[in-house]
Amino acid sequence: MGYLAKFRVWRGDSGRGALEDFEVEVNEGEVVLDVIHRLQATQTPDLAVRWNCKAGKCGSCSAEINGKPRLLCMTRMSTFTQDEVITVTPVRTFPVIRDLVTDVSFNYAKAREVPSFDGGDVGPGEFRMKQIDVERSQEFRKCIECFLCQNVCHVIRDHEDNMPAYAGPRFLMRVAELEMHPADVLDRREIAQDDFGLGLCNITKCCTEVCPEHIKITDNALIPMKERVVGRKYDPLVWLGSKIGIVRKPDDTLPA
Amino acid sequence: MTELERHSYDVVVIGAGGAGLRAAIEARLRGKKVAVISKSLFGKAHTVMAEGGAAAAMGNVNSNDNWQVHFRDTMRGGKFLNNWRMAELHAREAPDRVWELEAWGALFDRTKDGRISQRNFGGHTYPRLAHVGDRTGLELIRTTQQKIVALQQEDHAETGDYEARIKVWAETTVTRLLKDGDRICGAFAYVRETGRFVVFEAPAVVLATGGIGKAFKVTSNSWEYTGDGHALALLAGATLLNMEFIQFHPTGMVWPPSVKGILVTESVRGDGGVLTNSEGRRFMFDYIPDVFKEQYATTEEEGDRWYTDPDNNRRPPELLPRDEVARAINAEVKAGRGSPQGGVFLDVSSRLPAEQIIRKLPSMHHQFKELADVDITKEPMQVGPTCHYVMGGIEVDPDTGAASVPGLFAAGECSGGMHGSNRLGGNSLTDLLVFGKRAGDGAVDYVDGLGARPAVPEAEVEAATAEALDPFTRPDGENPYAVHADLQATMNELVGIIRTAKELETALEGLVGLRRRIAEVGVKDAGPGGRGYHPGWHLALDLRNMLIVSECVAKAALEREESRGGHTREDFPGMSPEWRKVNLVCELAGDGGVALRRQPMPAMRSDLLELFETAELKKYLTEEELP
Amino acid sequence: MATVEAPAKTRAQIKERTFRTDDWRKYPVLTFVFFTAWVVYATVRAMWGSAFFVPEYHYLTPFYSPCLNDACSSVTLDGYTGSAALFGTFIPAGAPFFIPYALLSLPFLLLFRLTCYYYRKAYYRAFWLSPQACAVREPHARYTGETRFPLIGQNLHRYFWVAAVLISLINTYDAILAFHGKDGGFGVGLGTVILWANVTLLWLYTLSCHSCRHVMGGRLKNFSKHPVRYRLWTWISAINTRHGTYALITLVSLVVADFYVMLVASDTINDFRFFN
Repeated sequence: MGYLAKFRVWRGDSGRGALEDFEVEVNEGEVVLDVIHRLQATQTPDLAVRWNCKAGKCGSCSAEINGKPRLLCMTRMSTFTQDEVITVTPVRTFPVIRDLVTDVSFNYAKAREVPSFDGGDVGPGEFRMKQIDVERSQEFRKCIECFLCQNVCHVIRDHEDNMPAYAGPRFLMRVAELEMHPADVLDRREIAQDDFGLGLCNITKCCTEVCPEHIKITDNALIPMKERVVGRKYDPLVWLGSKIGIVRKPDDTLPA
Repeated sequence: MTELERHSYDVVVIGAGGAGLRAAIEARLRGKKVAVISKSLFGKAHTVMAEGGAAAAMGNVNSNDNWQVHFRDTMRGGKFLNNWRMAELHAREAPDRVWELEAWGALFDRTKDGRISQRNFGGHTYPRLAHVGDRTGLELIRTTQQKIVALQQEDHAETGDYEARIKVWAETTVTRLLKDGDRICGAFAYVRETGRFVVFEAPAVVLATGGIGKAFKVTSNSWEYTGDGHALALLAGATLLNMEFIQFHPTGMVWPPSVKGILVTESVRGDGGVLTNSEGRRFMFDYIPDVFKEQYATTEEEGDRWYTDPDNNRRPPELLPRDEVARAINAEVKAGRGSPQGGVFLDVSSRLPAEQIIRKLPSMHHQFKELADVDITKEPMQVGPTCHYVMGGIEVDPDTGAASVPGLFAAGECSGGMHGSNRLGGNSLTDLLVFGKRAGDGAVDYVDGLGARPAVPEAEVEAATAEALDPFTRPDGENPYAVHADLQATMNELVGIIRTAKELETALEGLVGLRRRIAEVGVKDAGPGGRGYHPGWHLALDLRNMLIVSECVAKAALEREESRGGHTREDFPGMSPEWRKVNLVCELAGDGGVALRRQPMPAMRSDLLELFETAELKKYLTEEELP
Repeated sequence: MATVEAPAKTRAQIKERTFRTDDWRKYPVLTFVFFTAWVVYATVRAMWGSAFFVPEYHYLTPFYSPCLNDACSSVTLDGYTGSAALFGTFIPAGAPFFIPYALLSLPFLLLFRLTCYYYRKAYYRAFWLSPQACAVREPHARYTGETRFPLIGQNLHRYFWVAAVLISLINTYDAILAFHGKDGGFGVGLGTVILWANVTLLWLYTLSCHSCRHVMGGRLKNFSKHPVRYRLWTWISAINTRHGTYALITLVSLVVADFYVMLVASDTINDFRFFN
């Protein structure tokens, strides 16, 4: 059942490195991470790779396989032909620590900038929320923080200079999650645009394409968030209405 | 080569899973400066793997539920070997801990009237598990993670520094606890990225490192689960309790080989999934033990009615406690009635419409589709037992989480006593929260009551440094991967789900040999500075911990001559009331090995004892213990 | 997050634009060709100035609706004369050719589609190469997204949506008028069917719009307090998942409808009649 697969793995540190060729045994039912582990155990004991649960639940083993951002543990070898050369590189958007391991601290820094959940005056045990009201945010909370969406987003992948101004799909989705959270009382629309760079997103949907949890990031989080921002910032009728006093609050997402 | 950094904290929490984060939150809320040390990235801890839910007697779905019923269920599940005080605290405080999560932003599934929905689970009398689909652990870890971020934001607003009072040390591994005399004074760690060493100076350390599954070959646990907390505590002079009790989850994936052992949540059965053998028989009806005869259905018809009318029917035996189901599956496979890939069938496809399966069990659907190319809405899964959880752990004071070493605290899976001989599904997530908070409180109280702070003696740091660098002195030494594989095979085959004296003795002999080999393990330089992101070195250091817990497990398993919960002796198949009175305690022996001693089980408080019928107590207790 | 002093790090320096081995150029190239062809066809037809109305059966091509040129009020074909002007004719017959007969609707329809979230994705990828495909390096040195003029105008999508709804109502009225038989009573021809198919698809496209989804219910925080709007949101969400498909199908259906009307109106073919 087993066969020898051709692998090209990027190896190096401090940004410098190159693709190295390997031939390695592959058995039925294996995923790319198994093959990387076999390389570690048999050919290159110091090959660095970050992994953890090996079941697609923790989002640690993000990398790029044949150019596509993927989880190493969720990419089955059966999706490749036996004579295909399989190229594995670290994610490109974040600085490389060594081999396939990158420094993802950008994401944790962004996470800290998003204002946290604010439940107002409701005490523990007193929350009453309907299932239909929590479902939108629940979808976003499926996120395993693999940061593949952050990696693939061209806004920062191809334009490193946008990194300070742009939180990336993961954290714009976090803003949307709180914005749609039925018990949250803050209004995060201004900051979504001004502080987290929602306007930089041009909805080309690569984040949705790579999401291993199949979260509809663009359609369910980013676009609805853009629409909410329009209501707050760009809607001339709302603006006019607020000037002449018909619309009291230029605000159309408060709990109605 | 040995330059190192020093950082001072009031409380150092080792482990960033549910228990560790909850402890850190508590210590920070009480004004302490806290470090959280995590082997992986922040938010990746093994808690994310918990699927089913968090058991708390909120009574949202069935108002008959209360903490007494939960307490009874927990004691029954643990076969009365639980530390009764822990079981009591857990049952009493779990609802508050769950509600607290909601106030921090967690979004559980809801009941019709807008409260937290609760689901059925093995061993729980009423629907009790607060859940979010089948990814409750992720919700718990994310919520506590985001609460820590919220606290950091508060500190930032006040001081301009996010990390003024709570700092997460991601990808950092502790290899030694440091002591000043008999007290804890800190911890010694390396940072994964650079391999550099850090000394954490702190009067109180909370261990929340989780389990020991990586000592076994087939396990649902991730690479982090190498028994670090257990070993660190033991090496620091603390004691480990009842290490022989290991829960083999009945349903792990059996194929493909690379993911063998990965969990299939119990919710599959809670939501209607049934176990069948190769003959198509629902075999669990053949395996209802006498102690559970009254609570479980004896016909398929009654079992099926229970899903819609639980008040007037008994539950199907698929929902027996995990140890019973695991043993039953083991027996069916041994009898030649297994599935083609060496497990049994778990079928939900013929029981629920596809749309409901996808809604109720989204991550299972996803997991089988992606990893095994099996569509669980169309065909049955194949499952078998997998090493899942260690009930044994660091012996702690129930109220404060304090271990026997001053300044050392433990919570979560690495602590012992709460679950007795077998843990009920759903009790672990609330265990993390209840005792994480208590350990955090305990550590703060301890620090507040301290006169002079302990200092870190240089000799301790030098010894820890030398120990950590030791594998590099043997660049051509034993391959750590090979030794690890042999250790796993030994434990899996000889100290697994069914045990005998002969096999356990063989295992102990094997462990003596492995101890010698582990001392000979060596690695070569790699990465920046020779130690940056060096997986071989990390494993070499983890091996010490896995060996220590393996020795504890094997020794205790040989000593306990009865079968109870997560410990099944083929040569002593019965449960003995005499053995129930005995706790087995491991501690560091003079020669650096592991010593085992017996310790009496404290008697249960009389008002708690009165919660049970005498007839039931007779199954567990000796004559003189009965009220 | 490891914070012990660590060496400064940079990204992996990889020269290759992408390592993708699949046919990632296919989607942007097909999109480019298809959109370009459509724009050429639509421009030519909008300025054609004839073969837009079949008076016998009241078939009006959507490209000329509402028809506002003087020439719309009296169109003769095969001995039948009729008017396609329902809203007056304020464009003189002698207006230059580049003033389309449907002067009030075409610009809004164009803007509706230009600011549509689906089309934005498609043309940013296919025309602006930003990015051409996922994880393929884009050629631009700088990128400011939709933060500045003119692209900040994309935020006005919801107004163009309102216009599109009004125009879809007019198209629907046109389709009702197309049940016009030879004897002046009720009749159905292939043209009627095509116009109805087109207008149905136009409604699906218009109602599955992301702005519509927002306005109908997406903007609410608590669905449970607005059951009707929640129901609407649920329906719109269901068709919204295929918004891009409808965007493409309607391009085809518009061309089919227009082309068929053109063929009949230019007397190239006769309408196939099912009834009267």
